[in-house]
Amino acid sequence: MKSTRTGWGLLAPTLIILAFVGVLPFLYVFYIGFFDWTMFAAKTGLVFAGVNNYRRLVFDNDFLAALARTVQFAAWAVVSELILGFLLAQLLLRNFRGRSIFRTIHALPLVVAPIAVGATWRLFTIPGFGPLPYYLDKWFGFDYNISRYPSHAFATILLMDIWHWTPFVTLTLLAGLTALPREPFEQALVDGANRLQVFRYLTLPMIQPILLTTVFIRIMDALRIVDEVWMLTGGGPGTSNRYVGLHIWLIVFPKTDYGYGAAMSLLTLYFTIVLSWLLFIAIAQAGRQTTA
Amino acid sequence: MASRPWRKRLGKVGTYLIWIILSGFTLLPIYWLFVVSARSRVELFGGPSLLQTSFFAENYLKPLSSPTFQGYLINSLIIATSNALLVVICAVCATYALSRYRLKGDQSIFFWTITNRMAPPAVFLLPLFLLYAKVIRIGGWSLFDTHIGIILVYCVFNLPFAIWLLKGIVDGIPVELDEAALVDGANRLTVIVRIIVPLAAPSIAIAGILSWIFAWNEYLFAATLTSVNARTVTTGLAEFVTVVGTNWGQMAAVAFIAILPGLLFLSLVQRYIVTGLTFGAVKE
Repeated sequence: MKSTRTGWGLLAPTLIILAFVGVLPFLYVFYIGFFDWTMFAAKTGLVFAGVNNYRRLVFDNDFLAALARTVQFAAWAVVSELILGFLLAQLLLRNFRGRSIFRTIHALPLVVAPIAVGATWRLFTIPGFGPLPYYLDKWFGFDYNISRYPSHAFATILLMDIWHWTPFVTLTLLAGLTALPREPFEQALVDGANRLQVFRYLTLPMIQPILLTTVFIRIMDALRIVDEVWMLTGGGPGTSNRYVGLHIWLIVFPKTDYGYGAAMSLLTLYFTIVLSWLLFIAIAQAGRQTTA
Repeated sequence: MASRPWRKRLGKVGTYLIWIILSGFTLLPIYWLFVVSARSRVELFGGPSLLQTSFFAENYLKPLSSPTFQGYLINSLIIATSNALLVVICAVCATYALSRYRLKGDQSIFFWTITNRMAPPAVFLLPLFLLYAKVIRIGGWSLFDTHIGIILVYCVFNLPFAIWLLKGIVDGIPVELDEAALVDGANRLTVIVRIIVPLAAPSIAIAGILSWIFAWNEYLFAATLTSVNARTVTTGLAEFVTVVGTNWGQMAAVAFIAILPGLLFLSLVQRYIVTGLTFGAVKE
């Protein structure tokens, strides 16, 4: 009896902090989503608006476009990083001299601040003195300009994200692959299975839990990208690369349209949860079919 | 496996080739960042040569000697360090409680704690900004633009991570050790300080370092929830890009200063950090 009290006492600081900065904001954003609250309106303060904010949102083309763009970006980024990361993890499984040095270099981008990643890539790709546009033009005559062509900006953001986050996939999968038992693989080779069969019927089912968690974390992270894009192109050229997090940030704060912003934030959260959940189920199902 | 020797050698050469190209791809942007930070404006627009022999120190000296940037640096240090300490202390106590007591609903508490980590920042920016700047006010004082405000916000991301990291470790420490100490008349706090902390020290250090790096690196909340007094290095970095023109050399220098601690930590405790970074996905 007395000892449970001590337990709760030890847990209390964590619970209080998380309730204050985790739960309270969530409840609050839910609450103000039902109100009109604009700093520049004739009537300042909270005015009850029912579901008006949400109704407005469904017809807000800018917001919906930002959402669609985000999904497109996340799909490209996560799929490329998964394939690359898996191949690199396979390469790191082999024993060769200098392996740990290459692994450390590979892991470097993980500790770089996202905003500094954006700054780094901006300097690298900036028209004028960046080496990438300069050499692309000099060697291939290719007119690469991220502040003029939306597709170039998109490709660069994708490349930047791959640069930043592939190491995460590589290292998690490497940890998973290293932990696998050896016997089934040796057995399969004795039985004359080829590499593709080993991959499909042994490796894939066995690393499935880790693969799932990795995919899940990467999707959630890719959907909320802001800093890097903000620093690289500011969401541009124009609004062509404004992903949903950046869109909310750029719309809500300058306009101080808080009620509407709250609705936007909540819909984004809802969308993120539903999307990752659906993907999670889909992948798990595909995995089960592989195992069967 | 009757693979011919030349094939094996070719495979080896191929492996090295891939890793050398890949390392080049990883290092080139960072190297270029350093090159830009070492160039004056004239040199910079003279052409993008990758070689650098001179060092234009003014890019570093100017921000480092400006009181504003010094303030940003000190703020970042205060915020990252206090956050790491707070997170580590709370996480050790919480994991101990979750691991040693049978509390009502402890499983769901653990799970709920973890879900906090997954929150998209864009969702929490607005309510936190409103709560900090407009709602929670005691007299003229509010949490907006204070160190403590930012430190608490980073707990949303770092605390769940630290608890996740430490839970398995504390679970692995035999309960008999606690009991023996309790029989000898120690109280729970002594048990935590004398037994749990020393035994879990490596993991506690990783949790602290990674929390520190996260807090040091964070931009969005720092930019939204601070204005003057508690601005951090990352927000200072973003402020370099202005409509009237950007001093690229200085920006690169500041960016380089900003990424330095992370790179330093990574090279010092490489193996542990890699384990810690990927721990979210791999439970050993």
